Amino acid sequence: MDSHHSYSQVKGVSTGTTILAVKFNGGVIIGSDSRASMGESYVSSKTINKLIQVHDRIFCCIAGSLADAQAVTKMAKFQLSFHSIQMESPPLVKAAASIMRELCYNNKEELQAGFITAGWDRKKGPQIYVVSLGGMLLSQPFTIGGSGSTYIYGYVDAKFKPDMSLEEAIQFSTNALALAMGRDNVSGGVVHLVVITEAEVKHVVVPGNKLPKFHDE
Amino acid sequence: MSFPASVSTLNNYNDLYPDWTQREVSTGTTIMAVEFDGGVVMGADSRTTTGAYIANRVTDKLTPIHERIFCCRSGSAADTQAIADAVTYQLGFHSIELDEAPLVQTAASLFRDMCYRYREELMAGIIVAGWDPRRGGQVYTVPVGGMMTRQPVSVGGSGSSYIYGYVDSNYRPAMSKEECLKFTAEALTLAMERDGSSGGVVRLAVISEQGVERQVILGNQLPKFSTV
Repeated sequence: MDSHHSYSQVKGVSTGTTILAVKFNGGVIIGSDSRASMGESYVSSKTINKLIQVHDRIFCCIAGSLADAQAVTKMAKFQLSFHSIQMESPPLVKAAASIMRELCYNNKEELQAGFITAGWDRKKGPQIYVVSLGGMLLSQPFTIGGSGSTYIYGYVDAKFKPDMSLEEAIQFSTNALALAMGRDNVSGGVVHLVVITEAEVKHVVVPGNKLPKFHDE
Repeated sequence: MSFPASVSTLNNYNDLYPDWTQREVSTGTTIMAVEFDGGVVMGADSRTTTGAYIANRVTDKLTPIHERIFCCRSGSAADTQAIADAVTYQLGFHSIELDEAPLVQTAASLFRDMCYRYREELMAGIIVAGWDPRRGGQVYTVPVGGMMTRQPVSVGGSGSSYIYGYVDSNYRPAMSKEECLKFTAEALTLAMERDGSSGGVVRLAVISEQGVERQVILGNQLPKFSTV
């Protein structure tokens, strides 16, 4: 029977998470929830940090198999630091994304992970790149991923504006993640946000009781 | 005329016959209904698909069940049409016996009874909405499986997954009729942009004591968002 009600757990592609990245005026915000689940009903960690720093101003977050993601990001971190030493300058965000793309494309049969790479560099300023499952690389002004992202496509399509201020962008990201966590049972916990600008990298944690509440809560 | 998918993989008919000869007709869709003080606003997209082919791009998924009770259909087109026809008959008969307008809850119960009894055979997600003199505007949802519950706002169909976040953040209790119309049109537009099985035009219906007002929003008149 053709089912239109396919559940992301059955697809096995995006597992238990909601991640997003959004460009604002002067930087990027990359964010995620903090839940790691085994199957549909056991939460193996309530406070995992899915935002991985691959260089001073470049962060990655992962959707998919945690094991694959850790292997790829470790490799990417190493290659990126080597590249940065050779070039004698901080790496471009595109370089980081390219390394992830090479790894994902060349090993597409074995891997089951997609990445969002976001950061700031001197050449192009704030940027966001998505490396999807098969190894496609795409640059976008904002992007969402993970199983919880299906529920917030409408919200982010409606609410995103180019060139937001930092406060607006933090509000946008927090709201989007809270809405996704409210509907997706394998996303939850706290909201981790990392704000990347030329000057600094700031890690913001919004605990469960400080998340925005919506009409039915 | 239709070839089951299992046969086609065995005999490799995949390239010989187009996709739509092997697929059931489905209203993979986005449907929505909102209560307001004095009535309900219902909305739906207009796409019916047979696999990758759009069999009808101007479908009317808002089906009248009684004078002031409508239903929005999602899932198998055949199943939902059959259920709606059966409930329309049962409700009409009941209303004549009672000699007064039927309750929206009665219509929803009839849908629920049928959807639950035949839950193994059916693939139907239905939203029942309307107005009656006893309780005013009401929205009841009868999703796949045959549960029934009343909700102030309800979304359904394949496209609904994408707008849960939007609906959760934008719905406020006690909206006016115009606000509900705008809210429904925007939510359906966002879903139609993301869901491949939803699209076409937006059909809206307002049901109140005065009766039923229907409107259509064509593709080029849909609300626009900065990303869309």
